[in-house]
Formats: sequence, C-alpha cells, structure tokens
Amino acid sequence: MTQSTPQGDLQSLPALLARNVQAFGTLPAYREKEFGIWQSWTWAEASEEIRAMALGLLVLGLERGEHVAIIGRNRPALYWSMVAINMCGAVPVPLYQDAVADEMAYVLDHCGARFVIAEDQEQVDKVLEVQEKLAGTGTVLHHIAYLDPRGMRKYDHARMNALADVQAEGRAAATRLGADLDARIAGLTYDHTCVMLYTSGTTGKPKGVVLSNRNIIETSKNSAEFDHLGRGEEVLAYLPMAWVGDFIFSIGQALWTGFTVNCPENEATMMTDLREIGPTYFFAPPRVFETQLTNVMIRMEDAGRLKKRMFDHYMAIARRVGPAILDGKPVSAMDRFRYWLGNILVYGPLKNTLGFSRVRVGYTAGEAIGPEIFDFYRSLGINLKQLYGQTEASVFITQQPDGQVRSDTVGVPSPGVEVKIAESGEVFYRSPGTFVEYFKNAESTASTKDAEGWVATGDAGFFEEGTGHLRIIDRAKDVGKMADGHLFAPKYIENKLKFYPNILEAVVFGAGRNTCTAFINIDLTAVGNWAERNNIAYASYQELSQHPQVLETIAGHVAEVNRSVADDPMLAGCQVHRFLILHKELDADDGELTRTRKVRRKIIEEKFKDLIDALYGGKGEIYTETEVTYEDGRKGAIKATLTIRDAVVQPVGQRMAAE
Amino acid sequence: MNQMNSEGYTTADGRKIGGVLMEMKNITLKFGGVNAITDISFDIREGEIRAIIGPNGAGKSSMLNVISGFYVPQEGEVWFKGYKRGPMKPYEVARLGIARTFQNIALFDGMSVLDNIMTGRLTHMQTGLLAQSIWWGKAEKEETENRAKVEKIIDFLEIQAIRKTPVGRLPYGLKKRVELARALAAEPQLLLLDEPMAGMNVEEKEDMSRFILDVNDEFGTTIALIEHDMGVVMDLSDRVVVMDYGKKIGDGTPDEVRKNQAVIDAYLGVAHD
Repeated sequence: MTQSTPQGDLQSLPALLARNVQAFGTLPAYREKEFGIWQSWTWAEASEEIRAMALGLLVLGLERGEHVAIIGRNRPALYWSMVAINMCGAVPVPLYQDAVADEMAYVLDHCGARFVIAEDQEQVDKVLEVQEKLAGTGTVLHHIAYLDPRGMRKYDHARMNALADVQAEGRAAATRLGADLDARIAGLTYDHTCVMLYTSGTTGKPKGVVLSNRNIIETSKNSAEFDHLGRGEEVLAYLPMAWVGDFIFSIGQALWTGFTVNCPENEATMMTDLREIGPTYFFAPPRVFETQLTNVMIRMEDAGRLKKRMFDHYMAIARRVGPAILDGKPVSAMDRFRYWLGNILVYGPLKNTLGFSRVRVGYTAGEAIGPEIFDFYRSLGINLKQLYGQTEASVFITQQPDGQVRSDTVGVPSPGVEVKIAESGEVFYRSPGTFVEYFKNAESTASTKDAEGWVATGDAGFFEEGTGHLRIIDRAKDVGKMADGHLFAPKYIENKLKFYPNILEAVVFGAGRNTCTAFINIDLTAVGNWAERNNIAYASYQELSQHPQVLETIAGHVAEVNRSVADDPMLAGCQVHRFLILHKELDADDGELTRTRKVRRKIIEEKFKDLIDALYGGKGEIYTETEVTYEDGRKGAIKATLTIRDAVVQPVGQRMAAE
Repeated sequence: MNQMNSEGYTTADGRKIGGVLMEMKNITLKFGGVNAITDISFDIREGEIRAIIGPNGAGKSSMLNVISGFYVPQEGEVWFKGYKRGPMKPYEVARLGIARTFQNIALFDGMSVLDNIMTGRLTHMQTGLLAQSIWWGKAEKEETENRAKVEKIIDFLEIQAIRKTPVGRLPYGLKKRVELARALAAEPQLLLLDEPMAGMNVEEKEDMSRFILDVNDEFGTTIALIEHDMGVVMDLSDRVVVMDYGKKIGDGTPDEVRKNQAVIDAYLGVAHD
C-alpha cells in the first residue's frame, strides 16, 4: 500500500483547527439556527470552545486511547466534542441518535465507552437504560455530559453534568491541565485513530470501523481537490453524525478546507434552513431528492392552469437541453435562449424554493437514484453527481468528474484510489482512506482486507468499456441464480420499482425459485395525495395499501418494470410474477432496514415467511399478524388480510425465439 | 406522603411546594335558579399542579372561569397572592399574572404562530400605538426583547417548524400547543388549562403531559387544570379537587382521591355515558 507523506505538522484534526485559527480565525466556522436566528462561531471562537471541552474532559479523567460515545443530532457543540476528544488523545464514537436502547447497548459494550456525550434528556434516558443492562459486563459508565439541560434538573448528577458545566470546569483548570493537553495534542500522529464508526451492516451485528488520522485527512484533501472545494463553501449538516459521510464532509473536509458548517434548527425545519443557507456543496441520499421532487410535482398538480402549462413547457425544454448545457456540450443558440428564458421563469425560482440556487457541487450516494429524478435536477442546472463509497474507504471509492455525469454509473476511481474487479465480479479497492481494522474483530478484518491492503466491497460491478466508469450491479452476495439458471439480481429490479413515486420500498424474492415475487411498500405522501384528489377516504396506511385502485396502479407499475426487464436478455428471468403490498412500512426500528435504510433481506425473509409462502402458494389473499416496535420501544401487533396480485409478465421464451 | 402545613409541602418526587397562591372561600355561583357551584373551598399553592375533575356538567369550567375572574360568584371570596379579589377586567387579570388556554381553541386563525404568541406579550409592552407603528428606538428594542422571549418558548415547545405558518392551517394538536405557548408568553404565575388533552391521540397526550410537567419544572409556574382523562390527571397532578353537581366531593392527592368512596361512586367507578 502506498504510504502517503504526512502534510507537515498537519497530522490530526486539532492541528488543522490550530492552522485554521491562525490563517483565518475570524471567518465563520459553524452556524446553528437557534431561537429563530442563525448563531455563528468563528474558527477562533470554536477553537476556544473546543479547548475548554477538552480540558473539561481531562478534569473528568479521560485517558488516552479511550472511546467516547456521542449521541445526538447535528449540532456544533457535538462536532466540537469530537475534536476535543481527539485533543485528549481519545477516540470519538458517534452513534445513530434514533438507535433503540438495545442497539446502543451492543455498541457501548463493544467499544467499552466510559464517557458519553448526549444531546438531550431522551438520549440520556436511553444511556441510563443501557447502563442498567450493562451492569456486571465490565463496561462501567463513568460520566455523561449532556448538551440540552431541559428536563434534567431532577436527575442524579453524581455521574452526569451539563456540557457547559464541563467546559466551565475545563476553563477553571486551564492553567493546571493546559500543559498536559498541549502534550497530548503534540503527540498525535497520522497513525492515531481519528474516529471509530459503526457500520449498520445489512447482516449481523454492527462492526466498529477504525479510521486513522491518515484515512480522514488524506481523503478529505484528495476529495476537496477533486471538486475544487474552497474556504467559501457552505454545507448543511443534517445527515446522521454516525455516518461516515457526515464525518468526512462536516469535520474532515470542513477542517481541511476551512468552509462553514451550518446546523439546522431541528429535523422538521431542515427544508426551511436549506433555503435560508443555500449551500454551495450539498450531499443527500436519493431519498431526499425523491421526496423533494414528489413535493414539487404534488404542488404543481394543485397549481393554476397557466402556471402548470408554463412549468410543463419549460421542463420539457430543460429535459431536452439542460444536461447538455451543464456538461458544456454544443447546444443551438435558439435552445440556449429558450433555456435562458426558462431559467428566469421557472428553473431559477424553483431552485430557489428548493434551496439549490447556489449548489456548485451536489452528490448523491448510498442507493441507486432513479434516472428521471437524477435528470430532473441536472436539467435544472444543478450539478448533481454520483459517488460510490463505504465506511471502510472513508467514503470515496469512485466519483463522477464534472462533465461526465450519468445516472447509471458511479464514476471513475477517486484520486489516490485503486480499483480492481475480481474474477467473481466483486469490486476491490485500496487507498489512503482504507480503514485500519474492525475494532476487536480480527477475523472480519482479515476476511475483508488482504495483506496488500485490497478491500472487498461486497458489491458486484464492472468497468464500462470506453469511458472507464464503474457500474455497480448489486450486492455480490445477493446476486444469485434462479432455479432455471437465470441470473437473479434483486436490487436491480427493486430499484426499477422504486423509481416510481408511488413505491417507497420493494423487496424482490426469487433465488433458487422458478419465478420472482415482490413485497411493495407504497409511498404514503404520493399515494395519499392521489387518494385525496380522487376522493378516496382511508383511515390508515394499511387500509390505503389494500385499496383496489392502489393495487391496480401498482400492478401497472410492476407490468411496466417487467416490460423493461424483459428487454435485457440477461435478466429477463427476474420479472415479477406475483406481488403484494405490505401492511406496514418497513422500518429500522423493527430491524427490517438498516439505519441508513437499506433492506435487510434475511430478516425480512424470516419475519414474513408466511407471506412469501402465500406468494408462491398461489393464494389470492392471506391473513397475517406482525409484531411492530413503537418509537418508545414498546411492542404491538398489526393484523391484516393482504391481497396477492398476479402481474402481467412478458413471455421470455417466445421473445427470444422471435429474435 | 404529603406533609401539609401552612408553609407548603414536599411532593413524592421531591419538589418543594410553597405557600398558598390562590384561595377559594365558600364559592357559590348561580345562573338564574341553577346553582352551578355550591359552597366550594380549596386552595392552590405556589409551584403545584392542581387538577379539577368531575363528570360532565359538574361545574369544572365554571370553577375555572371563577378562578380566572370571568365569572364573579354571588357568594364567597377569591384570594390571590394575599389580596381579596373583586370584579376585574380581563386585562387586569392578565396583569395580575394569570394566563389561560381554552377548551375550544381561541387563536387568531389568520395570523402566524409567531404573531399569535407575540400577542401573549402584550401586557409586557409599554410603548404606545404610534411608536410601535413607526417602529423606531424604544419600540424596536422592546419588540426585539419580547421576540427573544417568544423564541425561547417556541424552542421550549418544539414548534420551530411552524413558526411562520398561519394558525388556521395547523392540525388540532399543534393548535393546542400554540395556545399553551401564547399563555406561557405572558409569563404567568398561575396558568389555567381548560381540558388541554381533549380530542388528542395517545402520542399527542404524552407530548402535552411532558410539556405541562416541563413548564412546571423549568419556569416554576403554578398550574391549575381541568381534564377528563383520568390517567393523565392522576399522573400529572399533585393534588386533585373532585366536583359533582356543583359540589366538592373530594380533595387530596391522586392516591387519596382514588380511595375516596364518594369519588368512586360519583365518577371513577360508575360509568357516565
């Protein structure tokens, strides 16, 4: 593996922070909307806060190399705490804030965190619940620091304190512990652990991915140069802090380039905050773009005739010439003029409403994005690109350079990354961002990363001839064979289904069987809006999902997907023969999805075994009961009778014979 | 459990309750020949959550209206902060430090959430109409200060996302929360809640309960509430007054009230459909 040379003394996040304070200490580093106003902190102010936090943690007895868990939504103080923990020579472990206590218990026990930094009462309650469960396992919680003091007055404060008070104690101890802290900061090198992130894992228990300062800083540097990110960028930090992408964007790249990180007021105000900030560098999973597009379309349905016609007319022009203009390809003067006019009348105001007026670089990753959705944003002139990455790579494996953007590839290898395709079709990579190890899991480390540093992604893909772009087909272990020997690639079909706004989630079965079948989740926003406009009354998700007209619509979508799948001789066997609409939304709280909303196939197969049997058993409907977990952890059951529909299938054999 | 004395008492969860804030002495309220309230006496102490319960038509809302000064009882005395209270105008009540929410939401539908809550600050504003319309100097400063206070309440009740939304567009549960926000904006010493959970689902009720407890805890506001949902009342309140047909039939901690035979007969044990 190529060992890159350290950047002078900039071998840790605290070192980068110190550089930023010196170079441009008076520029805004963090903003957060609170009490209706954007509050901001300059690099110098943030640095002072971080140092006070680090000193406070030393007062509490934080040792080098210890793990500290951080639980909460994106807030400046929590980002600061991660750098402060680094200063002390310890390792921050951000957790998913919506994790239920059980999931949290596993991670806290696994990393042995004695300190927890929690956002509010809700998170503290979960930690205390976990603490009781962990009693006697050797993991002893030493101290909890919480950010929001609301509702915390009555708690026993022997082992907890407000983060502000921790900082106050740190400031008071500055002269006593300052030298120790400086020594710890000076001792940090490229090989020290920067952060540990737990991968949600579509199978089994989460694994702790150890990322060193080299991984984070080299990746941040390379990716920032790739997209020419500068000090003036604005980002909105709204994705889970436990996700590697947020760590790279809001901490790695922010500290490396010195751009401003903006934190929304709360989850519900995200869209308003997005519009107010107008980020120049934006990242979102496909789901966010899908939701926004669905909202736009729903609102256009309700718009006046004139507006609707204007929208339709100019969107048609945008779809035709927009992407070409964005990629700098030749476009006739007349079309350029039409597009310019459309920009004034439609695209500009629309982008402004969406908060995308200033986006210079936008990325989507994590899942495949529908070509219509992708093209919609690009045709508006938003430079939306795709990247392919994972936690183990510190995000970046491949990404799309400006001007070479397509919806069906994930781009060329990122700077410093080598990619190879194994004979099995699995994608391997190695890079300066390649993770150090899985924490306390040498076995998994060895099976994922070989001696030369090549890491198996678990995804099957190939390089497209001519362009050198990587295309990902599916999870390598999900790609299977059907009973008649046809290739079975469920994700490929599921993505095609999910591109319809009415379909939120789909799970396709068929490995080792003669035909494919599918579970469908409808999108309550889109279908609910349709129901409203057609005067269809419904009381619940469950009722709407079984409405005959809804079933009819979905059957239409499935038939269309089948038609398009049949065109591909390799995958023609994957046509969906029978399907049903699930009576509940697949949910991470029930273990059916990962926290990053990827389908957990095995668990769904076991949990809904009766439904799968019914799909293949030829029955017209099935009664089922399903256990669900509420947000507060209580369990309940949903009972429903589901209709099973046959879908229109294209005859494969005949078609081939005809050809 | 409760150590009652003239100085106050300590609740089961360790909160210190102060002296008497408001005292009702032998209140009787008549509408023509009907006795809505007959000879009722009880007190509300500083810092406590006091509930008034009873079956439909028991006179709970009339009682709340007597407390708020909207009705003047024919007999009996109302003492507030050590003074006997006479007939009052609504703004005088507000200045005394009493704020309330209504059973049938009484917000300004066409105004935004923020503006609605700002109206709760009116009693704290000094500048005149002219100065406010020019919005210069003192008026500007005053509005900024009051807006800051309102924003704290918006943050407290977690309604940031609807700050600029007209109230008329909001669902019922949120309107209730906005009404609570407006009452809180007046920074009352005594907060009267008229059926704060009526018509809510379980989740909304849980939220509202948490907000009521948090208001009491954070701001030290004394709360008097009327509520139908027995589970909620018993969990929330420190002391409960039980009314039936305009008479007081029980008064004490939730546990005491639960064991009171008269209460069981009148309300808890017998269905009133």
